[in-house]
Amino acid sequence: MELDDLTRYSGEWLRGVGPESDIVISSRIRLARNLADYPFISRASDQDRVHILNDLHESIQDIAQNEEILCVNVEDLGGVDRQFLVERQLISRELAESRGARSVTIGRAENFSLMVNEEDHVRIQVMQSGLDLDTAWERINRIDDQIEQHVTYAFDETLGYLTACPTNVGTGMRVSVMLHLPALVMTRHIEKVFRSLHKISLAVRGLYGEGSQAMGDFYQISNQVTLGRAEEDIIKQVCDVVPVIIGYERQARDFLVREKQENLHDRVARAYGILRNAQTISSEETMHLLSSVRMGINLGLIEDLKIPVINELFIHTQPAHLQKLSGTELDTTDRNIERARYLRTHLSSQGPRESEKN
Amino acid sequence: MKCQKCDKPATCHITELTNGTPQELHLCEDHARQYLTAGAEETVAGKGMAAAMAQHMAQQMAQQMAVGQTAEELEKLDQQACPVCGITFYEFRSQGRLGCPNDYLCFQSQLEPLILNIHGESQHAGKSPKGNPGTSHQRTQLIRLRREMKEAVAREEYEKASELRDRIRAIEEDAAP
Ligand SMILES: [Zn+2]
Ligand SMILES: [Zn+2]
Repeated sequence: MELDDLTRYSGEWLRGVGPESDIVISSRIRLARNLADYPFISRASDQDRVHILNDLHESIQDIAQNEEILCVNVEDLGGVDRQFLVERQLISRELAESRGARSVTIGRAENFSLMVNEEDHVRIQVMQSGLDLDTAWERINRIDDQIEQHVTYAFDETLGYLTACPTNVGTGMRVSVMLHLPALVMTRHIEKVFRSLHKISLAVRGLYGEGSQAMGDFYQISNQVTLGRAEEDIIKQVCDVVPVIIGYERQARDFLVREKQENLHDRVARAYGILRNAQTISSEETMHLLSSVRMGINLGLIEDLKIPVINELFIHTQPAHLQKLSGTELDTTDRNIERARYLRTHLSSQGPRESEKN
Repeated sequence: MKCQKCDKPATCHITELTNGTPQELHLCEDHARQYLTAGAEETVAGKGMAAAMAQHMAQQMAQQMAVGQTAEELEKLDQQACPVCGITFYEFRSQGRLGCPNDYLCFQSQLEPLILNIHGESQHAGKSPKGNPGTSHQRTQLIRLRREMKEAVAREEYEKASELRDRIRAIEEDAAP
Protein backbone atom coordinates (compact mmCIF):
# COMPACT_ATOMS: atom_id res chain seq x y z
CA MET A 1 0.00 0.00 0.00
CA GLU A 2 1.35 3.43 -0.98
CA LEU A 3 0.46 6.97 -0.01
CA ASP A 4 -0.86 7.70 -3.49
CA ASP A 5 -3.34 4.83 -3.17
CA LEU A 6 -5.23 6.91 -0.63
CA THR A 7 -6.26 9.46 -3.26
CA ARG A 8 -8.40 6.84 -4.96
CA TYR A 9 -10.46 6.15 -1.84
CA SER A 10 -12.35 8.43 0.43
CA GLY A 11 -11.68 7.06 3.89
CA GLU A 12 -13.89 5.88 6.70
CA TRP A 13 -15.12 9.22 7.97
CA LEU A 14 -16.38 10.37 4.57
CA ARG A 15 -18.45 7.30 3.79
CA GLY A 16 -21.63 9.08 4.85
CA VAL A 17 -23.12 6.03 6.50
CA GLY A 18 -23.88 5.05 10.07
CA PRO A 19 -26.36 6.42 12.58
CA GLU A 20 -27.55 10.02 12.03
CA SER A 21 -25.11 10.45 9.15
CA ASP A 22 -27.11 13.30 7.59
CA ILE A 23 -25.88 15.47 10.48
CA VAL A 24 -23.10 13.48 12.15
CA ILE A 25 -20.12 13.18 9.82
CA SER A 26 -17.88 11.12 12.04
CA SER A 27 -17.00 9.92 15.52
CA ARG A 28 -13.40 9.97 16.64
CA ILE A 29 -11.42 8.94 19.70
CA ARG A 30 -7.76 9.59 20.34
CA LEU A 31 -5.48 8.40 23.13
CA ALA A 32 -2.26 10.13 24.17
CA ARG A 33 0.49 7.86 25.50
CA ASN A 34 4.16 8.24 26.41
CA LEU A 35 6.91 5.71 26.95
CA ALA A 36 8.16 5.67 30.53
CA ASP A 37 11.86 5.72 29.75
CA TYR A 38 12.20 8.75 27.48
CA PRO A 39 11.71 12.46 28.07
CA PHE A 40 8.60 14.02 26.59
CA ILE A 41 9.03 15.41 23.08
CA SER A 42 9.98 18.95 24.14
CA ARG A 43 13.12 17.57 25.88
CA ALA A 44 13.79 14.59 23.60
CA SER A 45 17.11 14.52 21.72
CA ASP A 46 17.28 13.43 18.08
CA GLN A 47 18.58 10.12 19.34
CA ASP A 48 15.67 9.75 21.78
CA ARG A 49 13.23 10.31 18.94
CA VAL A 50 14.84 7.59 16.86
CA HIS A 51 14.82 5.21 19.84
CA ILE A 52 11.15 5.92 20.49
CA LEU A 53 10.35 5.07 16.87
CA ASN A 54 12.38 1.85 17.15
CA ASP A 55 10.79 0.84 20.45
CA LEU A 56 7.35 1.16 18.90
CA HIS A 57 8.26 -0.83 15.82
CA GLU A 58 7.22 -4.15 17.37
CA SER A 59 3.88 -2.72 18.47
CA ILE A 60 3.19 -1.50 14.96
CA GLN A 61 4.17 -4.88 13.49
CA ASP A 62 1.72 -6.46 15.90
CA ILE A 63 -1.10 -4.28 14.58
CA ALA A 64 -0.04 -5.14 11.03
CA GLN A 65 -0.84 -8.79 11.70
CA ASN A 66 -4.53 -7.97 11.86
CA GLU A 67 -4.84 -5.49 9.04
CA GLU A 68 -3.09 -3.89 6.13
CA ILE A 69 -1.28 -0.75 7.18
CA LEU A 70 0.81 2.01 5.67
CA CYS A 71 3.68 3.35 7.76
CA VAL A 72 4.96 6.72 6.60
CA ASN A 73 8.12 8.51 7.66
CA VAL A 74 6.78 12.07 7.83
CA GLU A 75 10.26 13.64 7.75
CA ASP A 76 10.78 12.23 4.24
CA LEU A 77 7.52 13.58 2.83
CA GLY A 78 7.22 16.67 0.66
CA GLY A 79 5.05 19.60 1.66
CA VAL A 80 2.08 18.64 -0.50
CA ASP A 81 2.01 15.09 0.85
CA ARG A 82 2.11 16.32 4.45
CA GLN A 83 -0.71 18.76 3.78
CA PHE A 84 -2.60 15.96 2.04
CA LEU A 85 -2.50 13.86 5.23
CA VAL A 86 -3.60 16.86 7.30
CA GLU A 87 -6.57 17.45 5.00
CA ARG A 88 -7.57 13.80 5.39
CA GLN A 89 -7.30 14.25 9.17
CA LEU A 90 -4.81 11.40 9.41
CA ILE A 91 -2.12 13.59 10.98
CA SER A 92 -2.19 16.84 12.90
CA ARG A 93 -0.71 20.07 11.63
CA GLU A 94 1.75 19.77 14.49
CA LEU A 95 3.11 16.46 13.19
CA ALA A 96 3.21 17.84 9.64
CA GLU A 97 5.14 20.96 10.58
CA SER A 98 7.51 19.83 13.35
CA ARG A 99 11.04 18.52 12.81
CA GLY A 100 12.94 15.33 13.60
CA ALA A 101 12.16 11.63 13.37
CA ARG A 102 8.41 11.05 13.39
CA SER A 103 5.95 8.75 11.68
CA VAL A 104 2.33 7.97 11.05
CA THR A 105 0.82 4.53 10.58
CA ILE A 106 -2.48 4.44 8.75
CA GLY A 107 -5.02 1.62 8.54
CA ARG A 108 -6.09 0.51 5.07
CA ALA A 109 -9.63 1.81 5.47
CA GLU A 110 -8.31 5.03 7.04
CA ASN A 111 -10.25 4.22 10.17
CA PHE A 112 -7.23 4.50 12.41
CA SER A 113 -3.94 6.35 12.53
CA LEU A 114 -1.03 6.20 14.92
CA MET A 115 1.29 9.17 15.17
CA VAL A 116 4.72 8.74 16.75
CA ASN A 117 6.61 11.74 18.17
CA GLU A 118 3.83 14.27 17.95
CA GLU A 119 3.04 16.26 21.13
CA ASP A 120 3.19 12.92 22.95
CA HIS A 121 5.25 9.87 21.97
CA VAL A 122 2.14 8.04 20.80
CA ARG A 123 -1.15 9.41 19.58
CA ILE A 124 -3.64 6.73 18.55
CA GLN A 125 -6.75 7.82 16.68
CA VAL A 126 -9.77 5.80 15.56
CA MET A 127 -12.52 7.16 13.31
CA GLN A 128 -15.99 5.84 12.49
CA SER A 129 -18.49 7.21 10.01
CA GLY A 130 -21.66 8.58 11.63
CA LEU A 131 -22.39 8.51 15.37
CA ASP A 132 -20.67 5.39 16.62
CA LEU A 133 -18.39 6.04 19.58
CA ASP A 134 -18.86 2.59 21.10
CA THR A 135 -17.29 0.84 18.13
CA ALA A 136 -14.49 3.43 18.12
CA TRP A 137 -13.78 2.88 21.82
CA GLU A 138 -13.83 -0.90 21.54
CA ARG A 139 -11.33 -0.66 18.71
CA ILE A 140 -8.95 1.91 20.16
CA ASN A 141 -8.94 0.17 23.53
CA ARG A 142 -7.80 -3.02 21.81
CA ILE A 143 -5.08 -1.25 19.82
CA ASP A 144 -3.86 0.47 23.00
CA ASP A 145 -3.57 -2.90 24.78
CA GLN A 146 -1.76 -4.34 21.79
CA ILE A 147 0.83 -1.54 21.78
CA GLU A 148 1.32 -1.77 25.52
CA GLN A 149 2.37 -5.41 25.29
CA HIS A 150 5.68 -4.29 23.81
CA VAL A 151 6.43 -1.06 25.69
CA THR A 152 6.08 0.47 29.16
CA TYR A 153 3.80 3.50 29.28
CA ALA A 154 4.40 6.41 31.64
CA PHE A 155 1.62 5.89 34.16
CA ASP A 156 0.93 7.02 37.70
CA GLU A 157 -1.63 5.50 40.07
CA THR A 158 -2.98 8.93 41.00
CA LEU A 159 -2.69 10.86 37.74
CA GLY A 160 -3.19 8.04 35.23
CA TYR A 161 -1.42 8.21 31.87
CA LEU A 162 1.18 10.98 32.03
CA THR A 163 1.11 13.37 29.09
CA ALA A 164 3.29 16.25 27.91
CA CYS A 165 0.47 18.70 28.54
CA PRO A 166 -1.46 18.52 31.85
CA THR A 167 -4.69 19.11 29.90
CA ASN A 168 -4.55 15.49 28.68
CA VAL A 169 -3.40 13.72 31.84
CA GLY A 170 -5.53 10.84 33.19
CA THR A 171 -7.17 8.90 30.40
CA GLY A 172 -5.29 10.84 27.72
CA MET A 173 -8.53 10.56 25.81
CA ARG A 174 -10.22 13.03 23.49
CA VAL A 175 -13.63 11.97 22.21
CA SER A 176 -15.02 14.06 19.38
CA VAL A 177 -18.01 14.06 17.10
CA MET A 178 -18.05 16.10 13.91
CA LEU A 179 -21.42 17.62 13.08
CA HIS A 180 -22.79 19.45 10.05
CA LEU A 181 -24.97 22.27 11.42
CA PRO A 182 -25.89 24.60 8.54
CA ALA A 183 -29.43 25.33 9.72
CA LEU A 184 -28.26 26.35 13.20
CA VAL A 185 -25.75 28.68 11.55
CA MET A 186 -28.40 30.12 9.19
CA THR A 187 -30.91 30.69 11.97
CA ARG A 188 -28.14 32.09 14.17
CA HIS A 189 -28.79 29.71 17.01
CA ILE A 190 -25.37 28.18 16.88
CA GLU A 191 -23.80 30.38 19.55
CA LYS A 192 -26.52 29.49 22.03
CA VAL A 193 -25.62 25.86 21.51
CA PHE A 194 -21.96 26.72 22.05
CA ARG A 195 -22.68 28.46 25.30
CA SER A 196 -24.72 25.61 26.70
CA LEU A 197 -21.96 23.16 25.82
CA HIS A 198 -19.25 25.24 27.49
CA LYS A 199 -21.27 25.14 30.69
CA ILE A 200 -20.93 21.35 30.82
CA SER A 201 -17.22 21.58 29.95
CA LEU A 202 -17.46 20.31 26.39
CA ALA A 203 -15.48 22.11 23.70
CA VAL A 204 -16.90 23.17 20.33
CA ARG A 205 -14.60 24.05 17.49
CA GLY A 206 -15.16 24.96 13.89
CA LEU A 207 -13.36 22.88 11.36
CA TYR A 208 -10.65 24.70 9.47
CA GLY A 209 -10.16 25.11 5.78
CA GLU A 210 -7.46 27.29 4.31
CA GLY A 211 -6.44 30.04 6.71
CA SER A 212 -8.65 30.34 9.75
CA GLN A 213 -12.20 30.28 8.37
CA ALA A 214 -14.75 27.85 9.78
CA MET A 215 -15.22 25.34 7.02
CA GLY A 216 -18.63 24.50 5.61
CA ASP A 217 -20.59 24.72 8.89
CA PHE A 218 -18.77 21.72 10.36
CA TYR A 219 -18.29 21.71 14.10
CA GLN A 220 -16.48 19.35 16.40
CA ILE A 221 -17.75 18.63 19.88
CA SER A 222 -15.30 17.09 22.31
CA ASN A 223 -14.58 16.51 25.98
CA GLN A 224 -12.17 18.78 27.81
CA VAL A 225 -11.87 16.85 31.05
CA THR A 226 -9.59 13.81 30.88
CA LEU A 227 -8.90 13.18 34.58
CA GLY A 228 -11.22 11.69 37.20
CA ARG A 229 -13.67 10.11 34.78
CA ALA A 230 -13.53 6.66 33.28
CA GLU A 231 -13.35 6.39 29.48
CA GLU A 232 -16.90 5.07 29.26
CA ASP A 233 -18.19 8.05 31.28
CA ILE A 234 -16.42 10.54 29.04
CA ILE A 235 -17.93 8.83 25.99
CA LYS A 236 -21.35 8.84 27.61
CA GLN A 237 -21.17 12.56 28.30
CA VAL A 238 -20.51 13.30 24.63
CA CYS A 239 -23.03 10.67 23.50
CA ASP A 240 -25.75 12.18 25.67
CA VAL A 241 -25.35 15.67 24.31
CA VAL A 242 -25.05 14.89 20.59
CA PRO A 243 -28.71 13.81 20.10
CA VAL A 244 -29.79 17.08 21.74
CA ILE A 245 -27.80 19.10 19.21
CA ILE A 246 -29.05 16.90 16.37
CA GLY A 247 -32.56 17.70 17.61
CA TYR A 248 -31.83 21.45 17.53
CA GLU A 249 -30.45 21.21 14.01
CA ARG A 250 -33.52 19.27 12.84
CA GLN A 251 -35.81 21.84 14.44
CA ALA A 252 -33.93 24.64 12.69
CA ARG A 253 -34.21 22.77 9.37
CA ASP A 254 -37.94 22.22 9.90
CA PHE A 255 -38.33 25.91 10.62
CA LEU A 256 -36.49 26.85 7.42
CA VAL A 257 -38.58 24.41 5.35
CA ARG A 258 -41.83 25.64 6.90
CA GLU A 259 -41.25 29.38 7.12
CA LYS A 260 -38.54 30.13 4.58
CA GLN A 261 -39.18 27.51 1.92
CA GLU A 262 -38.49 29.83 -1.03
CA ASN A 263 -35.39 31.40 0.50
CA LEU A 264 -34.03 28.02 1.42
CA HIS A 265 -34.71 26.46 -1.95
CA ASP A 266 -33.24 29.50 -3.68
CA ARG A 267 -30.08 29.35 -1.59
CA VAL A 268 -29.59 25.64 -2.24
CA ALA A 269 -30.31 25.94 -5.97
CA ARG A 270 -27.97 28.91 -6.39
CA ALA A 271 -25.20 27.13 -4.50
CA TYR A 272 -25.62 24.09 -6.75
CA GLY A 273 -25.70 26.32 -9.82
CA ILE A 274 -22.48 28.13 -8.94
CA LEU A 275 -20.64 24.91 -8.12
CA ARG A 276 -21.62 23.40 -11.48
CA ASN A 277 -20.74 26.46 -13.53
CA ALA A 278 -17.95 28.44 -11.87
CA GLN A 279 -14.71 28.84 -13.83
CA THR A 280 -12.58 29.78 -10.82
CA ILE A 281 -13.48 29.33 -7.18
CA SER A 282 -11.75 29.61 -3.80
CA SER A 283 -11.62 26.84 -1.24
CA GLU A 284 -13.60 28.97 1.18
CA GLU A 285 -16.47 29.65 -1.23
CA THR A 286 -16.53 26.00 -2.23
CA MET A 287 -16.95 24.86 1.38
CA HIS A 288 -19.66 27.42 1.93
CA LEU A 289 -21.65 26.37 -1.15
CA LEU A 290 -21.10 22.64 -0.66
CA SER A 291 -22.57 23.05 2.81
CA SER A 292 -25.82 24.43 1.37
CA VAL A 293 -25.93 21.68 -1.25
CA ARG A 294 -25.33 19.03 1.39
CA MET A 295 -28.26 20.31 3.42
CA GLY A 296 -30.34 20.54 0.23
CA ILE A 297 -29.77 16.85 -0.44
CA ASN A 298 -30.77 15.93 3.10
CA LEU A 299 -33.96 17.97 2.81
CA GLY A 300 -34.88 16.44 -0.54
CA LEU A 301 -34.38 19.69 -2.45
CA ILE A 302 -31.73 18.07 -4.63
CA GLU A 303 -32.55 14.53 -5.62
CA ASP A 304 -29.89 13.49 -8.07
CA LEU A 305 -26.85 13.73 -5.84
CA LYS A 306 -25.61 11.40 -3.12
CA ILE A 307 -24.16 12.46 0.24
CA PRO A 308 -20.88 10.52 -0.12
CA VAL A 309 -20.19 12.43 -3.36
CA ILE A 310 -20.54 15.75 -1.55
CA ASN A 311 -18.55 14.53 1.46
CA GLU A 312 -15.75 13.61 -0.87
CA LEU A 313 -15.84 16.96 -2.67
CA PHE A 314 -15.29 18.76 0.64
CA ILE A 315 -11.91 17.00 0.88
CA HIS A 316 -10.97 16.63 -2.77
CA THR A 317 -11.28 20.37 -3.40
CA GLN A 318 -8.77 21.26 -0.69
CA PRO A 319 -5.35 22.53 -1.84
CA ALA A 320 -3.16 19.46 -1.39
CA HIS A 321 -5.83 17.08 -2.68
CA LEU A 322 -6.30 19.10 -5.86
CA GLN A 323 -2.56 18.99 -6.44
CA LYS A 324 -2.35 15.25 -5.77
CA LEU A 325 -5.33 14.52 -8.00
CA SER A 326 -4.08 16.66 -10.85
CA GLY A 327 -0.52 15.39 -10.41
CA THR A 328 1.10 18.85 -10.45
CA GLU A 329 1.97 21.59 -8.01
CA LEU A 330 -0.41 24.53 -8.43
CA ASP A 331 -0.34 28.09 -7.09
CA THR A 332 -3.49 29.68 -5.65
CA THR A 333 -4.75 31.05 -8.98
CA ASP A 334 -4.28 27.74 -10.77
CA ARG A 335 -5.81 25.87 -7.85
CA ASN A 336 -8.96 27.99 -8.06
CA ILE A 337 -9.27 27.20 -11.77
CA GLU A 338 -8.55 23.51 -11.23
CA ARG A 339 -11.03 23.40 -8.32
CA ALA A 340 -13.81 24.86 -10.50
CA ARG A 341 -12.99 22.37 -13.24
CA TYR A 342 -13.01 19.48 -10.78
CA LEU A 343 -16.38 20.55 -9.37
CA ARG A 344 -17.93 20.93 -12.84
CA THR A 345 -16.77 17.49 -13.86
CA HIS A 346 -17.91 15.74 -10.71
CA LEU A 347 -21.23 17.50 -10.31
CA SER A 348 -22.37 17.41 -13.92
CA SER A 349 -21.71 13.71 -14.40
CA GLN A 350 -23.79 13.03 -11.31
CA GLY A 351 -27.15 13.63 -12.78
CA PRO A 352 -29.15 16.67 -13.72
CA ARG A 353 -27.44 17.23 -17.05
CA GLU A 354 -27.69 13.59 -17.96
CA SER A 355 -31.33 13.37 -16.99
CA GLU A 356 -32.01 16.56 -18.94
CA LYS A 357 -30.42 14.99 -21.99
CA ASN A 358 -32.72 11.99 -21.86
CA MET B 1 -25.53 48.07 18.19
CA LYS B 2 -22.42 47.85 16.04
CA CYS B 3 -20.02 44.90 15.93
CA GLN B 4 -17.02 45.52 18.18
CA LYS B 5 -14.65 44.66 15.36
CA CYS B 6 -16.26 46.29 12.32
CA ASP B 7 -19.14 48.51 11.24
CA LYS B 8 -21.68 45.79 10.60
CA PRO B 9 -24.60 45.38 13.01
CA ALA B 10 -23.89 43.11 15.98
CA THR B 11 -26.21 40.15 15.65
CA CYS B 12 -24.39 37.79 18.01
CA HIS B 13 -24.06 38.44 21.69
CA ILE B 14 -21.61 36.16 23.37
CA THR B 15 -20.91 35.80 27.05
CA GLU B 16 -17.38 34.59 27.62
CA LEU B 17 -16.98 32.81 30.93
CA THR B 18 -13.56 31.25 30.62
CA ASN B 19 -11.59 34.03 32.34
CA GLY B 20 -13.51 34.03 35.62
CA THR B 21 -15.52 37.22 35.25
CA PRO B 22 -18.22 37.13 32.52
CA GLN B 23 -17.37 39.29 29.56
CA GLU B 24 -19.97 40.47 27.02
CA LEU B 25 -19.06 40.46 23.34
CA HIS B 26 -21.17 42.00 20.60
CA LEU B 27 -20.18 40.83 17.15
CA CYS B 28 -21.43 40.54 13.59
CA GLU B 29 -22.00 37.04 12.22
CA ASP B 30 -18.60 36.83 10.55
CA HIS B 31 -16.65 38.05 13.55
CA ALA B 32 -18.66 35.87 15.91
CA ARG B 33 -17.84 32.84 13.85
CA GLN B 34 -14.20 33.85 13.72
CA TYR B 35 -14.15 34.41 17.46
CA LEU B 36 -15.91 31.19 18.38
CA THR B 37 -13.75 29.08 16.16
CA ALA B 38 -10.46 30.65 17.24
CA GLY B 39 -8.21 27.90 18.55
CA ALA B 40 -8.76 24.76 16.57
CA GLU B 41 -9.22 21.21 17.66
CA GLU B 42 -5.88 19.50 17.59
CA THR B 43 -6.56 16.93 14.90
CA VAL B 44 -7.16 19.71 12.44
CA ALA B 45 -5.01 22.59 13.54
CA GLY B 46 -2.62 21.43 16.21
CA LYS B 47 -0.73 24.65 16.59
CA GLY B 48 -3.72 26.87 17.35
CA MET B 49 -5.00 24.66 20.13
CA ALA B 50 -1.62 24.00 21.69
CA ALA B 51 -0.57 27.62 21.60
CA ALA B 52 -3.89 28.79 23.02
CA MET B 53 -3.66 26.19 25.77
CA ALA B 54 -0.09 27.11 26.66
CA GLN B 55 -0.97 30.78 26.82
CA HIS B 56 -4.04 30.06 28.91
CA MET B 57 -2.06 27.97 31.36
CA ALA B 58 0.68 30.56 31.62
CA GLN B 59 -1.94 33.15 32.55
CA GLN B 60 -3.52 30.87 35.09
CA MET B 61 -0.26 30.07 36.73
CA ALA B 62 0.83 33.67 36.78
CA GLN B 63 -2.42 34.48 38.58
CA GLN B 64 -2.06 31.66 41.04
CA MET B 65 1.56 32.36 41.76
CA ALA B 66 1.07 36.07 42.14
CA VAL B 67 -1.09 35.49 45.18
CA GLY B 68 1.00 36.05 48.31
CA GLN B 69 4.37 35.63 46.68
CA THR B 70 7.14 38.11 46.19
CA ALA B 71 8.93 38.64 42.91
CA GLU B 72 11.97 36.96 44.40
CA GLU B 73 9.99 33.89 45.37
CA LEU B 74 8.50 33.72 41.90
CA GLU B 75 11.89 33.94 40.31
CA LYS B 76 13.20 31.16 42.52
CA LEU B 77 10.22 29.03 41.58
CA ASP B 78 10.84 29.66 37.90
CA GLN B 79 14.43 28.50 38.20
CA GLN B 80 13.53 25.21 39.87
CA ALA B 81 14.57 22.40 37.53
CA CYS B 82 13.64 18.75 37.14
CA PRO B 83 16.63 16.56 38.07
CA VAL B 84 15.63 13.96 35.49
CA CYS B 85 15.15 15.95 32.27
CA GLY B 86 16.52 19.35 33.29
CA ILE B 87 13.47 21.44 32.33
CA THR B 88 12.95 24.54 34.48
CA PHE B 89 9.56 25.57 35.74
CA TYR B 90 9.89 28.75 33.70
CA GLU B 91 10.37 26.73 30.51
CA PHE B 92 7.27 24.69 31.23
CA ARG B 93 5.30 27.80 32.07
CA SER B 94 6.22 29.52 28.82
CA GLN B 95 5.72 26.59 26.44
CA GLY B 96 2.92 24.75 28.27
CA ARG B 97 4.56 21.36 27.84
CA LEU B 98 6.34 19.27 30.43
CA GLY B 99 9.75 17.70 29.86
CA CYS B 100 9.34 14.21 31.34
CA PRO B 101 7.05 12.05 33.51
CA ASN B 102 9.02 13.03 36.63
CA ASP B 103 7.90 16.67 36.26
CA TYR B 104 4.52 15.69 37.67
CA LEU B 105 6.43 14.80 40.87
CA CYS B 106 8.97 17.58 41.08
CA PHE B 107 6.52 20.38 40.17
CA GLN B 108 3.69 18.70 42.06
CA SER B 109 2.81 21.64 44.30
CA GLN B 110 2.53 24.01 41.33
CA LEU B 111 0.74 21.54 39.05
CA GLU B 112 -1.85 20.31 41.55
CA PRO B 113 -3.99 23.47 41.57
CA LEU B 114 -3.61 23.80 37.80
CA ILE B 115 -4.77 20.23 37.18
CA LEU B 116 -7.67 20.65 39.59
CA ASN B 117 -8.62 23.81 37.75
CA ILE B 118 -8.59 22.13 34.34
CA HIS B 119 -10.26 18.84 35.25
CA GLY B 120 -12.10 19.50 38.51
CA GLU B 121 -10.62 16.22 39.77
CA SER B 122 -7.28 14.96 40.98
CA GLN B 123 -7.59 11.16 40.97
CA HIS B 124 -7.46 9.06 37.82
CA ALA B 125 -10.48 6.88 37.12
CA GLY B 126 -10.22 4.75 34.02
CA LYS B 127 -8.11 2.04 32.48
CA SER B 128 -4.57 1.33 33.57
CA PRO B 129 -1.76 -0.54 31.82
CA LYS B 130 -1.99 -4.31 31.98
CA GLY B 131 1.76 -4.64 32.42
CA ASN B 132 3.67 -4.19 35.69
CA PRO B 133 3.11 -0.56 36.74
CA GLY B 134 5.96 -0.82 39.27
CA THR B 135 8.49 -0.64 36.46
CA SER B 136 7.23 2.73 35.30
CA HIS B 137 9.01 4.72 38.02
CA GLN B 138 12.19 2.73 37.60
CA ARG B 139 12.14 3.50 33.90
CA THR B 140 11.92 7.21 34.58
CA GLN B 141 15.40 6.90 36.03
CA LEU B 142 16.61 5.77 32.62
CA ILE B 143 15.86 9.24 31.30
CA ARG B 144 18.24 10.77 33.86
CA LEU B 145 20.94 8.13 33.40
CA ARG B 146 20.91 8.48 29.61
CA ARG B 147 21.19 12.24 29.94
CA GLU B 148 24.06 11.93 32.39
CA MET B 149 25.78 9.48 30.08
CA LYS B 150 25.49 11.87 27.15
CA GLU B 151 26.93 14.67 29.29
CA ALA B 152 29.76 12.42 30.49
CA VAL B 153 30.67 11.58 26.90
CA ALA B 154 30.61 15.29 26.02
CA ARG B 155 33.03 15.97 28.90
CA GLU B 156 35.15 13.03 27.70
CA GLU B 157 34.69 11.23 31.04
CA TYR B 158 34.57 7.85 29.37
CA GLU B 159 35.02 5.79 32.49
CA LYS B 160 31.98 7.40 34.06
CA ALA B 161 30.06 7.06 30.81
CA SER B 162 30.70 3.33 30.60
CA GLU B 163 29.69 2.90 34.23
CA LEU B 164 26.44 4.71 33.47
CA ARG B 165 25.92 2.60 30.38
CA ASP B 166 26.13 -0.58 32.47
CA ARG B 167 23.55 0.75 34.90
CA ILE B 168 21.25 1.67 32.02
CA ARG B 169 21.56 -1.81 30.54
CA ALA B 170 20.83 -3.44 33.88
CA ILE B 171 17.59 -1.50 34.28
CA GLU B 172 16.60 -2.07 30.66
CA GLU B 173 16.99 -5.83 31.02
CA ASP B 174 15.35 -5.91 34.42
CA ALA B 175 12.33 -3.89 33.34
CA ALA B 176 11.77 -5.37 29.88
CA PRO B 177 8.00 -5.63 29.40
ZN1 LIG C 1 -17.74 42.39 12.55
ZN1 LIG D 1 11.59 16.26 33.96
